[in-house]
Amino acid sequence: MRDFYGTTLTTGLMLGTAQYPSPAVMMDAFKRSAASVATVSLRRESGQDRAGQDFWAIIRDLNVHVLPNTAGCHSVKEAVTTAHMAREVFDTKWIKLEVIGEEDTLQPDVFGLVEAARILSEDGFNVFPYTTEDLVVADKLLNVGCEVLMPWGAPIGSGLGLNNPYGLRSMRAHFPDVPLVIDAGLGLPSQAAQAMEMGFDAVLLNTAVAKAGDPAAMAEAFAGAVHAGQLAAKADPMEPRDMAAPSTPILGKAFLI
Amino acid sequence: MKLQLNGIAIDTDVTTLAALLDEQGFAEAKVATAVNGEFVPEALRTAQILDEGDLIEVLAPMQGG
Repeated sequence: MRDFYGTTLTTGLMLGTAQYPSPAVMMDAFKRSAASVATVSLRRESGQDRAGQDFWAIIRDLNVHVLPNTAGCHSVKEAVTTAHMAREVFDTKWIKLEVIGEEDTLQPDVFGLVEAARILSEDGFNVFPYTTEDLVVADKLLNVGCEVLMPWGAPIGSGLGLNNPYGLRSMRAHFPDVPLVIDAGLGLPSQAAQAMEMGFDAVLLNTAVAKAGDPAAMAEAFAGAVHAGQLAAKADPMEPRDMAAPSTPILGKAFLI
Repeated sequence: MKLQLNGIAIDTDVTTLAALLDEQGFAEAKVATAVNGEFVPEALRTAQILDEGDLIEVLAPMQGG
């Protein structure tokens, strides 16, 4: 597996920490998923209940890499400031950079994304940009210092899977040495397997697991799919063809007419 | 002095960000701070003087995708 800013991950599954029915269910899901990365965010803390402190204690116990996000940020300044705050709180240079440009699809504002990625890369961050499958944008992100790209599969939380397989395949082929993560839009393990079979290095998902009827079981299902897809990619899949090709040898077939 | 702390109006007598965090129950909490939209690192909280009407943000780890 390609490494992520010098870190080799044990599995190609990155899992979000939001929307679970309870912290216990979330912990169980992480355990059964064997996810190597947990995404987290920053939100306003109350001095009375200090909920964030309890959450942080749970995350530390997961013993996984922590990838803070800038979810909900719509401007470069907001995203950059949030990244700085996240770096201090989580004590990591990793940042999942989101600059949202459109409300219905939560599509990244790729112009703001490139600018924020430039500022943060120059400031020593390891930027994981949430982007589209646009090759030109991808190239610009790499030029400003990103060493990982995270194209969307489909809009966040939609569960639609890989909306543009052609575009994603092109991206994989165009940047053979860049670690690529499918981030967002996955709903089923088969879609994660498809991404890994295409040669992506990891998938990042949250809602598909957290909103399943049994999140821990779904987490395990995704783990199996990611592993299967990864293995299949390494095994060099056959080329599809339009016409049938008998797999059973013709030679030696009995003459029974 | 009147301030906004995480969007809620408060009245306080303290004059620095560090003192405000202690007063408002954030002592030794894992939080990040911003004043008027600008990040204030932990090391600078004691030197960060607060003014009337300042907008203070105190953020902590939270669930995210």
